Amino acid sequence: MTTTDMTPVTKDGGGPLLNKRRRVYKPNSRYIPILATLFLLIVMYSSGVANYRNFEDPSVIVNLFRDNAVLLVVAVGMTFVIITGGIDLSVGAVISLTTILTATLLKAEWPPLVVLPAVLLLGALIGAGQGAVIHYFKVEPFIATLAGLFLARGAALTINDESVPIRDDMWREMSDFRIVLADGVVTKPIAIVAVLTVVVAAAVLAWTRFGRNVYAIGGNADSALLMGLPVGRTKIAVYTLSGFCAALGGVLFSINSTSGWALQGNGMELDAIAACVIGGVLLTGGSGFVWGTVLGVLVTGLIRTIINFQGDLNAAWARIIIGVLLFVFIVMQRLVTRKAK
Amino acid sequence: MTNILKNRLFWPSLILVVMLAVNAFTSNQFITIQDGHLFGSLIDILRGSAPLILVALGMTLVIATGGIDLSVGSVMAISGAVACLLISDLPNQNSLGGVFIAIGAAILVSLVAGLWNGSLVALVGIQPIIATLILMVAGRGLAQLFTEGQIINVQSGPYSALASGFFLTLPIALLIAAAAVGLTVLLTRRTALGLLLESVGGSPTASRLAGIGARRITIMTYVVAGGFAGLAGLIASADIKSADSISAGNLIELDAILAVVIGGTALIGGRFSIIGTVLGAVIIQTLRVTVVAIGIPAEANLLFKSVVVVALCLSQSPDFRAKVFGRFKRPAVQKVGAPA
Repeated sequence: MTTTDMTPVTKDGGGPLLNKRRRVYKPNSRYIPILATLFLLIVMYSSGVANYRNFEDPSVIVNLFRDNAVLLVVAVGMTFVIITGGIDLSVGAVISLTTILTATLLKAEWPPLVVLPAVLLLGALIGAGQGAVIHYFKVEPFIATLAGLFLARGAALTINDESVPIRDDMWREMSDFRIVLADGVVTKPIAIVAVLTVVVAAAVLAWTRFGRNVYAIGGNADSALLMGLPVGRTKIAVYTLSGFCAALGGVLFSINSTSGWALQGNGMELDAIAACVIGGVLLTGGSGFVWGTVLGVLVTGLIRTIINFQGDLNAAWARIIIGVLLFVFIVMQRLVTRKAK
Repeated sequence: MTNILKNRLFWPSLILVVMLAVNAFTSNQFITIQDGHLFGSLIDILRGSAPLILVALGMTLVIATGGIDLSVGSVMAISGAVACLLISDLPNQNSLGGVFIAIGAAILVSLVAGLWNGSLVALVGIQPIIATLILMVAGRGLAQLFTEGQIINVQSGPYSALASGFFLTLPIALLIAAAAVGLTVLLTRRTALGLLLESVGGSPTASRLAGIGARRITIMTYVVAGGFAGLAGLIASADIKSADSISAGNLIELDAILAVVIGGTALIGGRFSIIGTVLGAVIIQTLRVTVVAIGIPAEANLLFKSVVVVALCLSQSPDFRAKVFGRFKRPAVQKVGAPA
């Protein structure tokens, strides 16, 4: 994992000439995928600025966080799961279940301050259930969470298969509220929530005992167990976290669209996984950072922004261009990473 | 007796038999002979499961090498679009030669799609889930581009025979799937190919050092998966006599992966069971038919599916069986009964 720099640390005698040649900035190899993503993100942004009018407007970047708030929150939860070597396919379905349940409960005039914690708790419970099945019964995460996908989406469709509008005052106010960051640059509360989630999650993953356990299990679950780490508890916790994040994403979705729909967030799980992988999180587990995932979300968001700025693309071409840009990005990242190693 | 009970495929088979029994009671014709060919809900189930069997078959090989292919649904859409586009341009849509050329072109395009996936995974070294995600997103766009965003209808007898025709009393779609399964079993279990696949899935590096062309084998599995997905796309589009680039093969990748896992192939690669996969695919199709047969409302479809999937997976989990049924075991009784 760590860079093995074989250059002898010589301060005296014939060494300096050799050392001078070797003294090139070499980042820790853990950070190479992230730095590659960052570099390519900047390249992509610059080419956007060069090609489109008004692309340099700071609101383009600020809006990235607003438009991708849901994906950010969901992908952060997914990062934890993937670092333990698992995967969570149920997030998109949990989003839809959350939005439709929120809308239905608010329509039945439940107090909003009861609905909010209730749906978040439900998301966490679904996650915990999946985690328990994966840990105690050794069912593959892919399959257990696929069943979770069917369950949550099925429950959402059973509640209501049509779009339900939200007329609750609290939701309306949250949706209409604007935060002025600077002159002409405004954002919404959902972006702030997303950024806060990212910051908290990054801190938890980097600096807490729980975060270290997550990396240890992803590296090798058996050795983690032999070291006396709480493998079962941590595994269940990451799926709970992912379920919670998905439910939070669903709440943000319902605030943004002031409605609930059982097909909301369809396919979001793949977007989230793609964001993680682009951000340098390995699907085999044990390595990756929340910041990398954030960059991954920004890459997919920026691709969509470019498509919007292009403007004259129909649905078919938009899909193809997204695929091509994704391809170019991933191959470039691969080349940069390989060279750096 | 205990050996049969311990077989991984015992519980899935039991569930299949139960569902088929339910079908036999609810439908008025389970299996009969009509107009010189077999007919009834059993044949319908088998015919309907042909596309999923084909897709899952390719998926099994890809998963055996430790990969995954998310693009199969998009490849199905592309192949159906290419075939229907070529057939709709024919002066005589019923000409056998023209239809064969269209089918050949569609399969060729699907093989190229598979080659693309395989090259990204084996040559460029991209994680399979992302490498195939690219084609999953862009491929449906390509299909939409071919059909100009519209549904292309064809009125071709030979083409629709792919899905609804009969040969030697059996549906042609089923025969195609059976031939594909037979060929794959023959190639993987009667030659060294199966061993090489499992070795690459176990460890690509070790396989390469042992002199196995790991890259070539990986690429080959994606090409085969692409070809089978293309074939499935043809059957699916022949079934509705049109190319629908939006809904053709939508979400079939998840069903295919599910079929593979129900069949006992581990997602980490290195081990695979083709017969298990076929069983898994038939179970999923039977489930789809049974839900309608016993009158579950369409909205609760997925709920029912999730219950069956959970039951299936738990029944296959040794840990679940040990934890739940372990306390009922009476070893002393088994010892007495065993020698018989």
